[in-house]
Amino acid sequence: MDTSFCSELVCTPLIDKHKELGAKLAPFGGWLMPIQYNSIIEEHNWTRMSAGLFDICHMGEFAVEADLEKSNLDNLVTVNLKVMPLGACRYGFMLNEQAGIIDDLLVYRISQSKWMIVVNAATTNGDEAHMRKYMNSATRLENISASTGKLDLQGPRARDVLNDLIGGDIHLRYYTFGYFDLLGEKIIISRTGYTGEMGYELYMPNNKIAQLWEKLLADKRVKPIGLGARDTLRLEMGYSLYGQDIDKNTTPLEAGLGHFIDFDKEFIGKPSLVKQKQDGLSRRMIYFTALSRRSPRHNYHLFYKDEDIGSVTSGSFSPSLGVGIGMGYVGRELIPGEEIILKETGISIPAKVVNKPIYKNGSAKCEVKNAYTR
Amino acid sequence: MLIPDNLFYTKDHEWVKIDGDNAIIGITDFAQSLLGDVTFIDLPKIGLIIKQTKPCATVESVKAASDVYAPLSGEVLKTNNELTSHPELVNKSPYESGWFAVIKMADETEKNLLMAPAQYKAYIESSQKK
Repeated sequence: MDTSFCSELVCTPLIDKHKELGAKLAPFGGWLMPIQYNSIIEEHNWTRMSAGLFDICHMGEFAVEADLEKSNLDNLVTVNLKVMPLGACRYGFMLNEQAGIIDDLLVYRISQSKWMIVVNAATTNGDEAHMRKYMNSATRLENISASTGKLDLQGPRARDVLNDLIGGDIHLRYYTFGYFDLLGEKIIISRTGYTGEMGYELYMPNNKIAQLWEKLLADKRVKPIGLGARDTLRLEMGYSLYGQDIDKNTTPLEAGLGHFIDFDKEFIGKPSLVKQKQDGLSRRMIYFTALSRRSPRHNYHLFYKDEDIGSVTSGSFSPSLGVGIGMGYVGRELIPGEEIILKETGISIPAKVVNKPIYKNGSAKCEVKNAYTR
Repeated sequence: MLIPDNLFYTKDHEWVKIDGDNAIIGITDFAQSLLGDVTFIDLPKIGLIIKQTKPCATVESVKAASDVYAPLSGEVLKTNNELTSHPELVNKSPYESGWFAVIKMADETEKNLLMAPAQYKAYIESSQKK
């Protein structure tokens, strides 16, 4: 594999580890990342069955200091920061004035006035510029992406693996985090993920990320998983991928993510969103399963009773279900069970509308005995 | 990378096994490794006349759908039905149980446009250097 184009792309700090493992590498969000090590299907199934380890160093992290009495940070994101408990994570958005999605993100409340915001790789710089443009002088932002490595450990056995690594009981409820001692560092581990399985995201300084990677992979229950399987895992859950399913031209309401919006607070884009809510949606996201193994792809047309009503944003083969699956925007309301046809020149795939998650048996939210929220 | 000695090859990574007037066709080990897990194959219908270099089948992997080009012209006599329920045979055994179709060759001279094993090997190596 020629990695000379690392000069234009940012290489993950784990690039040598991936090469040793024989990974296929490809550009993603401006980074050179592992797409698969051996087989996307095997990696996908391993994550659903045991524990998969993902190199997610490409994602961006901001450390923000903001006393909400004086700072306007709360206005920059849809998450209601004021009511977030310490040690909680929340999923939300940064919107523009038109309620278009600048990025989807996770907010971590570290202390009364300290936050970590985790954003997508390709949008990190744009997000930073947007925040700096709008935030007031009582808000201090540091882009810590370059020094922060991130690994995701996902799968029903992820908790057992981490317990053995830490030598204790990790006790984290869904969408909470804590600090844990690992490799001489105090690192953030959150009970979050992008696969639908019980799992964790680990934030480690870049200079020790390779050590953490090795330690986790030494466990036989853990295998490395590329971005190829990360994509099929998230699509089975109906999770949106920024830049493909959502972007500046789509709103959270259109994307079916309205339940993540707290309308009791103020935020940039709220008036547009409220107006859209009143006027009704001209398009909305639907999820579907094909009736065969034939899989819909990005940009295939979506037909309902011979009428072209939209297009596919994400489509793939589903390793868990053994059929094609996907999601896309349509201009009319459809209810689960209704038949649609996904079309491209010479290809016609019958499918039916389903509720998300498309795959129903994920372990993500399964509660842990004696778990607590800080 | 497996490149059997008894086959002919195309630039689009299909293989041909000549069997009298007939030809068995499929995709190469190199092609399947590039595609990754094969999840679906749309094979040509029996009786269809396929034309050299024109699309004659579609192979889907997890990531994408790709056309397969006819390595020779002729009538489709038989297709590999096993691939409908077990498309992974193309990954496991691209030259044996992962065959696509048998065709009745229309024009023997078309064979001249195919590559011999050594040529195909050199072709792959040069394409990987790019």
